Amino acid sequence: MTEFFSHHLLSLILWTPALAAALLFLLPDRGRILKVFAVGASLIPLGLTMAVWVGYDGAQAGFQFAERAPWYPAIGAEYFLAVDGLSIPLILLTAVLTPVALLAAAGVREKVRAFLALFLLLETGILGVFLSLDLLLFFIFWEVSLVPMYFLIQSWGGEKRDGAALKFLLYTMGASLGLLLAIQVIRIAAGSFDLTVLAERWPALRMGSLGGVQIPTLKFLTFWGMAVAFLVKLPVWPFHTWLPDAHTEAPTAGSMILAGVLLKMGGYGLIRLLLPLFPAEAARFSPLLAALAAAAIVLGALAAWSQNDFKRLVAYSSVAHMGFVVLGVAAGASLGADTAAGSLALRGASLQMFTHGLSAAGMFLLVGALYDRAHTRNLEELGGLFRRAPLYGGILTFTAMASLGLPGLAGFVSELMVILGSFAAFPLAVAAAAVGLFFTGAYILKAVGRVLHGALPDRWKDAPLEIGIRERLAVAPLMILMLVTGLWPEWILEMIGTAIR
Amino acid sequence: MPLLPELLLFLLALLILGLDLILPERRRVLLGWLAAFGSAAILLLALTAADGSGGWAAATLRVDSLASFFRALFLLGAAVAALMSIDGREVGRRGEYYALLLFSMLGLCLMASASDLVMMALAIEMATLPLYVLAGFLRGDSRSTEAGLKYFLFGATASAVMWYGFSLIYGFTGQTDLAAAAIALKQAGLPVLLTAALPVLAGLAFKVSAVPFHFWAPDVYEGAPTPVAAFLSTAVKAAGFAVLLRVLLAVFPPATASYWGALVSVMAAATMTLGNLLAMVQKNAKRMLAYSSIAHAGYALIGLVTLNPDGLAATAFYLLAYLPANLAAFSVVALVSNAAGGDDLAALAGLSRRSPFAAIALLAALLSLAGMPPFAGFAAKWFLFASAVEARLAWLAVVGAANSVIALYYYLSVLKIAFLSPAGGEPAPLPFPAAVRIALGACAAAVLILGVWISPWFEAALAAVRPLFSG
Amino acid sequence: MTSFPLLSLLVFLPIASALALFLFPAGSRRAIRWFALAVSAASLALSAAAYLAYDLPAGGYQLEEYLEWIPRWGIGYHVGVNGISLPLVLLTGIVMFTGVLISRGIDERPREFFAFLFLLAGGVFGVFVSLDLFLLFFFYEIAVFPMYLLIALWGWPKTREYAAMKLTLYLFLGSMVALIGALVLVFSTTPATFDLIRLEAAGFPADLQRTVFPFVFLGFAVLGGLFPFHNWSPDGHVAAPTAVSMFHAGVLMKLGAFAALRVGILLLPEGARFHMPWILILALVNVLYGAFIAMVQTDFKYVIGFSSVSHMGLVMLGFATLNSDGLLGASLQMFSHGVMTALFFAVVGMVYDRTHTREISALGGLARKMPLAALAFIVGALASMGMPGFSGFVAEFPVFLGVWQTRPAAAVAAAVGIVVTAAYILLVVRRVFFGAMSAEHDRIVSGIRVKDSIALILLMCILIGMGVYPAWIATLAESGVQSVMRVLGN
Repeated sequence: MTEFFSHHLLSLILWTPALAAALLFLLPDRGRILKVFAVGASLIPLGLTMAVWVGYDGAQAGFQFAERAPWYPAIGAEYFLAVDGLSIPLILLTAVLTPVALLAAAGVREKVRAFLALFLLLETGILGVFLSLDLLLFFIFWEVSLVPMYFLIQSWGGEKRDGAALKFLLYTMGASLGLLLAIQVIRIAAGSFDLTVLAERWPALRMGSLGGVQIPTLKFLTFWGMAVAFLVKLPVWPFHTWLPDAHTEAPTAGSMILAGVLLKMGGYGLIRLLLPLFPAEAARFSPLLAALAAAAIVLGALAAWSQNDFKRLVAYSSVAHMGFVVLGVAAGASLGADTAAGSLALRGASLQMFTHGLSAAGMFLLVGALYDRAHTRNLEELGGLFRRAPLYGGILTFTAMASLGLPGLAGFVSELMVILGSFAAFPLAVAAAAVGLFFTGAYILKAVGRVLHGALPDRWKDAPLEIGIRERLAVAPLMILMLVTGLWPEWILEMIGTAIR
Repeated sequence: MPLLPELLLFLLALLILGLDLILPERRRVLLGWLAAFGSAAILLLALTAADGSGGWAAATLRVDSLASFFRALFLLGAAVAALMSIDGREVGRRGEYYALLLFSMLGLCLMASASDLVMMALAIEMATLPLYVLAGFLRGDSRSTEAGLKYFLFGATASAVMWYGFSLIYGFTGQTDLAAAAIALKQAGLPVLLTAALPVLAGLAFKVSAVPFHFWAPDVYEGAPTPVAAFLSTAVKAAGFAVLLRVLLAVFPPATASYWGALVSVMAAATMTLGNLLAMVQKNAKRMLAYSSIAHAGYALIGLVTLNPDGLAATAFYLLAYLPANLAAFSVVALVSNAAGGDDLAALAGLSRRSPFAAIALLAALLSLAGMPPFAGFAAKWFLFASAVEARLAWLAVVGAANSVIALYYYLSVLKIAFLSPAGGEPAPLPFPAAVRIALGACAAAVLILGVWISPWFEAALAAVRPLFSG
Repeated sequence: MTSFPLLSLLVFLPIASALALFLFPAGSRRAIRWFALAVSAASLALSAAAYLAYDLPAGGYQLEEYLEWIPRWGIGYHVGVNGISLPLVLLTGIVMFTGVLISRGIDERPREFFAFLFLLAGGVFGVFVSLDLFLLFFFYEIAVFPMYLLIALWGWPKTREYAAMKLTLYLFLGSMVALIGALVLVFSTTPATFDLIRLEAAGFPADLQRTVFPFVFLGFAVLGGLFPFHNWSPDGHVAAPTAVSMFHAGVLMKLGAFAALRVGILLLPEGARFHMPWILILALVNVLYGAFIAMVQTDFKYVIGFSSVSHMGLVMLGFATLNSDGLLGASLQMFSHGVMTALFFAVVGMVYDRTHTREISALGGLARKMPLAALAFIVGALASMGMPGFSGFVAEFPVFLGVWQTRPAAAVAAAVGIVVTAAYILLVVRRVFFGAMSAEHDRIVSGIRVKDSIALILLMCILIGMGVYPAWIATLAESGVQSVMRVLGN
């Protein structure tokens, strides 16, 4: 029995949420029962992930916990799951954020069962992306994760949800078209979907042609096809326009997952796929990527600063934070993962994904908590809430500082690593990033100041705005992780470091 | 005795005439039953008595497998026509009607077995003279009289032309016996042969209503009593083909084959096309069936052109398949027009509610005529087209195929009326006499059986045309 | 040879049942409906049995039966299935069963309706299992006239007669064209034979192949909906009653494509190679044109109709590649699209039965009243736009692999078609099932029946099952494709 478990750990992690989603339909249609079940079920992947973490042998190179089974042999696609130091943290992030988000989602009253089922399916989709080492399987989970999110926004979202949901879906689907075509070409030219095989075979492929198109041209096209898909997902400027609407209109739990994990799929794709498969092209175009990253950091921060909608502000902040990920990747591509600086940049980018996941999820949770009680997100209407909700204020300040990158909290370490690592490659971009950081501070302080300090408008004088127990319970793990990672980043850097030396 | 069936026919006809004098008015329907079952009995006798190959030859007659095959067709046609007639308003109780029918049939049988020019001419006249009368049998109906007269005039002219051709043959060869004439004609020059062949061909083309000698058919079919039209369109046409087969293949030498082959193929194409195109625009059921019969003659001619056993057998099989189908179609038309008092296609409306049985029989008949499986017409058309392609005459098959599409259009339109259009309110029940039930049932069953259990019948057709090649 | 005539039973059960139906008195509706349901369930069971009886490692044609029929012409009753026809046989069983399930609403003359439907089904089964050219055409055309009657009598009153006639004549004309080509082939062999297996081995001279191929391929491709001969399809789909539309788009169009493969490509590989460039272009036009036209339709059913044209284009595209990936994809797409479009039309029919309109602008908010139908349609929509996890992706991916190996530019162009498909189908889903419902509809629309639910669930499970675990059908299709490749590879 334990044999089965230890050999199929990854599959269990992957499919438990989907199974739970199916089981939801057997339970009686009582909101409370369903929600408890869902949260409980989502803790299972968390437990299993921790087992994986513990069981991971850092000394051993390559992928571990591998599982292989024939899936679509007619075209050579396999059910191939495995993890390494890059994917485990992201899996952990997903496994942590899902129960947290579900806890935060208690405010959902309509069609609870469908909501929870979609959420759990979403988790499976996202996990699949991080677990797959078969290119086709990767793509399948990539696309699959879009559908539940679309419906989550469409049916439980805010006022302008119709347009936001559709834009989200079509934008990202359109972008992933390039990914699809690239995968098809790679499959034909290199003859495999197996990433471990392709990582050697594909870059080595230089001569020949496919249906009349030369390999170098094909590589150029497939590189950009893939890159665009990931860059839109991240999103990096100028492909970010879907994000503000989607994040803002999504229900709280949806935004948490969207910003917390979904965006990381883009970053993961860059590091896991783009760099190993296209080292030369990535190096060649890294200046462009760095420039885009810098633009994202600066413009994202500026845009956030100009917002009066609290949620939209947080949304734009994601653009800025993810810009750091791209910057780190670009530097890593340019310098090479084997150099000290390059490795530092890449590890920083990976860590940034983790830390931003925590802080963004936390911020959205808090915005949601406030909105549930105040029914407004307009910064101009809020103010001086510290007096009415001191605990909330404390938590908000803490989380905001993490988002800002205060030393001692998680965001600082990752952003520092990226900056240090990228400086050697792209000093200008780093300089711009610093400017961005300045504006980051500006908007964070603005947001916190507007919400918590200043005059308390009359309408809130007697309103029950304090954060509830459930939300406190939800945000606690995030806060703990942010603090721990800030004070002692080694716990996770060690894991990341096994993949990126 | 090889001519026993013919003798029995003759006696049957006389019997009917005699009984007609004795029986009272209201009992005379019995004559129709007698005619029908008598023909059927003779058919069975003929089938069991047929000795397949070889055959019997006397001075002017040859009862070989070709003759036996066609004789069976005629007997079937007569039986069904008789059954159809039993409940006809004016014709049902007239003994001379049935007698004329039987005499005509006798003539047809002799046509199929004639091996002498004079005999052939006599047989043709024996067959058609009663038909002239039968066509005009409805005394009160001016269209019937007109039909009879037209048929007579055109028929007589056609016969005259044909006799002229026969006389030319006699003149050139000094023989009336077909076999002997054939031997003599082998030495004849091309102009001679063509001069003799053309009039004969013209006369026979009239009989089978091929273009350009088809124009009498619609008016005659429309005016004549429906059972007579049915008989004309099936048995008489088949007889024309029988003669055509014998004369063209057995008499004229192979050297001329290419000439009249080309001619007949053009005739076939024109007949099919004209027949189908004109059938498309008809509003009268009998006229539509008339044009459709013309078209079918065209299809049958395809097999003729190929000059090989497969093709000729295909023609024979086609006629075998076509006979019950067309008879069934005419039966249903008769049924409906008797009730409605008119021959318009629109009278078919709501047939599927009034009588599902009739509607299904009509479906089987028309779909078979259209060449749809699982009915006989499908295989029959295939064999024709196949033999055309096999003989390197693919263009004929193409024309045939294109025509099939046109034909399907109007057959489906008729079926649509029968199945779809409600008969304006509560559909009136359809008087469906037992005789017609039997006839329709037999024809529909035949059409289905022939469509699925094909091989023995095709073998019979093949056996039928074999004498044409052995000499 | 197998001792139990499974395939013959499969073919003749519906036909015999059609005749048997006429023994029922016209008024006994319940008995008729239950009988029809039983027969269709039996057919499904038989087709599933055939599927399971196939020995995959052995490959090739199996479950063969042979009877002499018309030896004079070299025609025999020869049936058998292989990896390409077997999924389609199963598909027919599925569509037949679900079609009957949702035909509860046929009130007028159900006896005749089911009789003609079963004749249609029998004909379709027959074509898929035929291994003799004459037999193939025999069953092919048996399927034609029931189509006519089913549409003309039970279809949408406004256009049914016109659409039925157009459809029938188009298809018949196509089959006549193919017939001539087929006859030319038959008589180019000595001794002349109609047996498909022998014809495959015959090896026709190259220039004969090049001349005959267009006739045979195009003649059948008309039924497959190849541009520009697709015109009959949207009108036909819309005018037909629901079960017939399901059959029509779900199975009949596959009949054309299948026959084009079986008789065109397999018998004339050299001709296929020669003509493929322009067929590829036509198929591409199907994909794009179908998608763009679907986008501008205002009638719900027309959207689905044109989407079928587009998806069949992918099948033809797969054929046009003439390589194992493309052919595999085409084969899978025939199955996947068959199930998907049956589902679509079933839902459209349910919507129309309740709201009596198909105008998209007049519909809305139906998910509230018909949640399962909405879910089913969404599943179908996801499959139709090639969303991974559903059968559409599993089928379309190999097609693209194949196209990349032939004409990369075409792959990119076809991908555009996919995007357009996603756009229009999502818009339709949103407008019809979500959003506001008119007060009128709120009053009159009821939920769907149990039988409807069973049908929808079955279809959904297949779409998802095939998407999640393609091997159960892909390996079978692959073995069929391998035998095609053996013929082409030379």
